[in-house]
Amino acid sequence: MKKENLKQYIYGIADNVLILGQRLSELCGHGPSLETDIACTNIALDLLGQTRSYYQYVAQLFDEDKTEDDIAFLRTERQYKNVLLVEQPNTHFGYVIVRQFFFDVFHLQLLQQLQNSTDETLSAIAKKAIKEVSYHKRFSSDWIKRLGDGTEESHQKVQEAVNDLWRFTDELFHMTEDDIATLESGVGIDVRVLKDKYYQQVKEILQEATLDIPETSWFQKGGKQGIHSEHMGYLLSDLQYMQRTYPDMKW
Amino acid sequence: MSEKEVKNLEEIFEQRIARDEKIEPKDWMPEKYRKTHIRQISQHAHSEIVGMLPEGNWITRAPSLRRKVALLAKVQDEAGHGLYLYSACETLGVSRDELYEQLHSGKAKYSSIFNYPTITWADIGAIGWLVDGAAIINQVPLCSTSYGPYARAMIRVCKEESFHQRQGFEIMMTLAKGTPEQKAMAQDALNRWWWPSLMMLGPTDAESVHTAQSMKWKLKRKTNDELRQQFIDQTVPQAELIGLTIPDEDLKWNEEKGGYDFGEIDWDEFWQVVKGHGPCNKERLSARVNAWEKGEWVRDAAMAYAKKQEDKKLREAI
Amino acid sequence: MENNWPLWEVFVRSKNGLEHRHFGSLHAADAEMALENARDVYTRRSEGVSIWVVESKHITASNPDNNGELFEPAQDKVYRHPTFYDLPDEVKHM
Repeated sequence: MKKENLKQYIYGIADNVLILGQRLSELCGHGPSLETDIACTNIALDLLGQTRSYYQYVAQLFDEDKTEDDIAFLRTERQYKNVLLVEQPNTHFGYVIVRQFFFDVFHLQLLQQLQNSTDETLSAIAKKAIKEVSYHKRFSSDWIKRLGDGTEESHQKVQEAVNDLWRFTDELFHMTEDDIATLESGVGIDVRVLKDKYYQQVKEILQEATLDIPETSWFQKGGKQGIHSEHMGYLLSDLQYMQRTYPDMKW
Repeated sequence: MSEKEVKNLEEIFEQRIARDEKIEPKDWMPEKYRKTHIRQISQHAHSEIVGMLPEGNWITRAPSLRRKVALLAKVQDEAGHGLYLYSACETLGVSRDELYEQLHSGKAKYSSIFNYPTITWADIGAIGWLVDGAAIINQVPLCSTSYGPYARAMIRVCKEESFHQRQGFEIMMTLAKGTPEQKAMAQDALNRWWWPSLMMLGPTDAESVHTAQSMKWKLKRKTNDELRQQFIDQTVPQAELIGLTIPDEDLKWNEEKGGYDFGEIDWDEFWQVVKGHGPCNKERLSARVNAWEKGEWVRDAAMAYAKKQEDKKLREAI
Repeated sequence: MENNWPLWEVFVRSKNGLEHRHFGSLHAADAEMALENARDVYTRRSEGVSIWVVESKHITASNPDNNGELFEPAQDKVYRHPTFYDLPDEVKHM
């Protein structure tokens, strides 16, 4: 494993939580009730907290003069390695919940493996994050059930989101070159082995929520290689606005 | 109840408050006390949740991760504070949905300051420093107000808000110490937010209709003008400390009164904004209405699901 | 209006050894959600280790109009308090 592999590997994990945190923070103040607003913000705060731990680690490992903010705000679009799923927009609350649910199930499995990493820092970050993400998964699963088995309208809306976002789930289990290199050295984990259990868990909850499992065989990919959807540029222009407009300043 | 009996009850009631006893939800209270409290507590709650919007405008664009999480946590706190206050209001026999309805229809008021736009990052600093600063001055005395649920909500609010003003001041301080461009950004924000912050403490005593009654019920401990003086006296040295200039040519220390003299406030602007003609009145209200209407199917779904689960449990029990 | 989420009362134990204390209220569609909301609303700053929620309508409250008959009779029962009993100062540990 080269150092660059490790860096890219951490980006792959950290960018997911940064971008999803950014998406969730768009919602603050606009949720369906005060209580759900507060809950979604808590999830965003957890994810952004995790982001900082990963980036601080990268900064410490590689570039003495780079900070977590340089990593978060000053890369070009192709350098972000998050999966396509997390950058999908908040079309409506159904999309927010389905995106969260599809990610949470994966995220928890990933962290449960990552806590056994030979890299002590990654293992420690994972151990702490497992508690947070277990709660996220409970929250999003509960809401999948409420929306799926709620009213006719909610059922139809959340089904639409499931159908639409399903095509982004397969990418979660792709291995990049960096994934393979870090796996061989015991630092990274093999996401391929998580796949069967993932779909089994997801399907169980969807069924309980009286939702249909989409029958697509075509899946989208690219995020892990930095080839993102068209949504990503807009997300980044918000995220990077200050750092790009006012370079080299302290905030 | 005869008129005389009511009068008697009212007298006992006023004596209890004068003795610093708290009034609790199920206690007898004059209708006017109930109505005044519903009005004030709900206005306060509305201000918290409308207040989320101008700051929420910058969460996705915050310049560092540290600033982003702090701002997110702050705006989230405001949702929490809105929630505590709506709950306090509900103990007076009005539902949160009715209160929302009053807000959404434009019948209920909220703090006018949130009808100004946040156009640069420095505005987030200015809001935390000045708007939260003025709010704290208003709120601390409410921790010992006569209505128990309101006082308890305010104790929680004040405890949680202590980081808000520091967060804002730290942003301003960093900008003021930064590049000339950053310092100019901070000064510009101070220029725009200073006067609205002074107005936020309410009309002058001569114009204020509620003060006497509110004093008696401990909804107010000091008059608007006293609070404003206190705010100015504590804020001016803070501005000096970080090298920013208060945008008031008439501002000067008055040794005799031990406070600052300050310039004329443009009350015409204040009343225009109160009447709905501020730069963002329309946007703020429509953002709230939008969130509520777009959330309806979600709230309905949760109720329908809860009912189905309840029925299922019943069926299983039989 | 019947579709509005009902009101719940939230009780939080700050740490083991202390009782659950009334923290406030919130709205939720069901008990699960009430617990989750309570966690998110009332324990954001590690205020608790255990939460109870109960739907507000299930609480029966005494009527303050009856406070006279309910609580005043206890006021003259001074013999329930240790200071009612006169003992010489020499008696220790009592």
